[in-house]
Amino acid sequence: MSTATARQAKPATMAQALQRAMRDAMSEDPAVHVLGEDVGTLGGVFRVTDGLAEEFGEDRCTDTPLAEAGILGTAVGMAMYGLRPVVEMQFDAFAYPAFEQLISHVSRMRNRTRGAMPLPITVRVPYGGGIGGVEHHSDSSEAYYMATPGLHVVTPATVEDAYGLLRKAIASDDPVVFLEPKRLYWSKADWSPDAPAAVEPIGRAVVRRTGRSATLVTYGPSVPVCMEAAEAAEAEGWDLEVVDLRSLVPFDDETVCASVRRTGRAVVVHESTGFGGPGGEIAARVTERCFHHLEAPVLRVAGFDIPYPPPMLERHHLPGVDRVLDAVARLQWEVESR
Amino acid sequence: MTVQERPGAAYRPTPPPAWKPRTDPAPLLPDPEPYRVLGTGAASGADPELLLRLYAELVRGRRYNAQATALTKQGRLAVYPSSTGQEACQVAAALALEQRDWLFPSYRDTLAAVARGLDPVQALTLLRGDWHTGYDPHEHRIAPLSTPLATQLPHAVGLAHAARLEGDDVVALAMVGDGGTSEGDFHEALNFAAVWRAPVVFFVQNNGFAISVPLAKQTAAPSLAHKAVGYGMPGRLVDGNDAAAVHEVLGEAVARARRGGGPTLVEAITYRIDAHTNADDATRYRGDGEVEAWRAHDPIRLLETELTGRGLLDEDAVRAAAEGAEAMAARLRERMNADPVLHPMDLFEHVYAEQTGQLREQAAQLRAELEAEGAEDAHRAEGDAR
Repeated sequence: MSTATARQAKPATMAQALQRAMRDAMSEDPAVHVLGEDVGTLGGVFRVTDGLAEEFGEDRCTDTPLAEAGILGTAVGMAMYGLRPVVEMQFDAFAYPAFEQLISHVSRMRNRTRGAMPLPITVRVPYGGGIGGVEHHSDSSEAYYMATPGLHVVTPATVEDAYGLLRKAIASDDPVVFLEPKRLYWSKADWSPDAPAAVEPIGRAVVRRTGRSATLVTYGPSVPVCMEAAEAAEAEGWDLEVVDLRSLVPFDDETVCASVRRTGRAVVVHESTGFGGPGGEIAARVTERCFHHLEAPVLRVAGFDIPYPPPMLERHHLPGVDRVLDAVARLQWEVESR
Repeated sequence: MTVQERPGAAYRPTPPPAWKPRTDPAPLLPDPEPYRVLGTGAASGADPELLLRLYAELVRGRRYNAQATALTKQGRLAVYPSSTGQEACQVAAALALEQRDWLFPSYRDTLAAVARGLDPVQALTLLRGDWHTGYDPHEHRIAPLSTPLATQLPHAVGLAHAARLEGDDVVALAMVGDGGTSEGDFHEALNFAAVWRAPVVFFVQNNGFAISVPLAKQTAAPSLAHKAVGYGMPGRLVDGNDAAAVHEVLGEAVARARRGGGPTLVEAITYRIDAHTNADDATRYRGDGEVEAWRAHDPIRLLETELTGRGLLDEDAVRAAAEGAEAMAARLRERMNADPVLHPMDLFEHVYAEQTGQLREQAAQLRAELEAEGAEDAHRAEGDAR
């Protein structure tokens, strides 16, 4: 009884859950090392690595020189020697200097060595907008990562998933690009850090809300938007299902397509650009697999095809509840006009 | 009117806190002339056994380069970036390391990997095209040959750093060309290594050209070794065709790294006698005179002269070395003339630890295509037989 009381859930933020995931991984496995700019004394600009250097020492949680290619490149060497580096890229657009390391080495070391040299590296990238960040602080870069074979690409939308997915990412023998929706860092949920719920393997989507009218396929920062839209849609008589992908690579065709076959309609929602964005791939997959179940074309609600706008204009760019509902309305129209 | 001119301005700036350099740059600076052993007084102190070993390896290395180049002409290799003229650098790099150390080669450093003991056929799979890396890097402690420039240098730093954290006295030797020193990863690797005092040796083989671009268009630095001072590590300049000198300088840098002294940048002045690869026409950017001048400073002849002068090498020994190299080349030729056995389904085997659903579908597609092809081949064979 006393143990159960101690483990009672209380409000925790996504940032705290991520920090807890790293702390638990570091406690369990001395091979786990955290490195990046400002991750030590400061605890990260979002405080996600808060307290790790104090608890595990600077050799386990290391403030590096300010150089993303160097951070990821040295992590490759550390992983070659048997460590499990968790690197922080601080902001989405700051990760671009590390792209060559990611694409030319991290993603393909297992492949080029026929499995002899896997690289268990977790690349944590705070991504997406909605926090009023200035230029280069709000990009949604997931399509670049998705286009690179050899990488897993995951993104949590809930406090619980933040913990579970990061534990799985660190434990993975393959490199994982771990996209942290920074506007959800301070989202709270009742969550018990002492008794985290069963952690699902990477690659499983989850139905966050069941419904019959249409499926909203989404992930990361757009999940709360879609949940809100689904609530609002009830007033219109639409019963929307929300699928949170959690993992972009591997992609859970099964869960997504099962949902679309039930509802017959789908809207893909994300912040990233529509043209060349993840939604195009998702819509194509759904169409290829569920064509005869579809009552309307698969629509996309995405960010505009523009460089990420200045913060005072970002609310016009980011897909919000109204834009999602407009798309759902268009799905209905396609049916009526037949 | 400026603030200072304004009458009665109260602001009196205080001088900033006293500044002093973090490190005395003088001991980090390379000597003005590349260090030499052969043909100098220092040669008499060189270990005869080492010199003979270097000689045998150089002769084998030269023959290896010639054989691999010939294999490109026969279509057995897609490409071969020759290190002819640079054999002293390759061999010394391999011999400066202990077995527990790691070598991080670039695409031109196949010979260093072979001199370290890697099976020549395994070393050539990247260039033959049957697989990107034909060996287990952990087995030989040789990282995969890196094609992107300088990107393997931060790997060497990370590995050396990790080894030190684990309490192992392992050193990483990272090889790069003169062109590679212009890349951002060169800078980041040296900076990380110096800040972390990682046990790494950066070994620049300055062979004069990055494909066609000469050093003068590559850098304005006094020498590439001078770059070291900016990171707070010593820079050493060595004659890259003097195998004894390269071995000594690299050996010292490795020993220094091993005892916790941190990284060193070594620049070897050498020359690429062959073109960049068989796809390159070197006559477009350099004259015969230049090549001939460097041929006169040949690494094998330098060592041969020294050894002969000291009575350590006679005609029989020279012939024996040549015959050994010829036998190696014959074995290599024979093995490379056999078609490698390829397994198309390997395409999907090593992308992830566990295949994704998407890859399983694609693997099934290829398997079906192969089965259909097999059926077609069988049908055709049957037709031929009739």
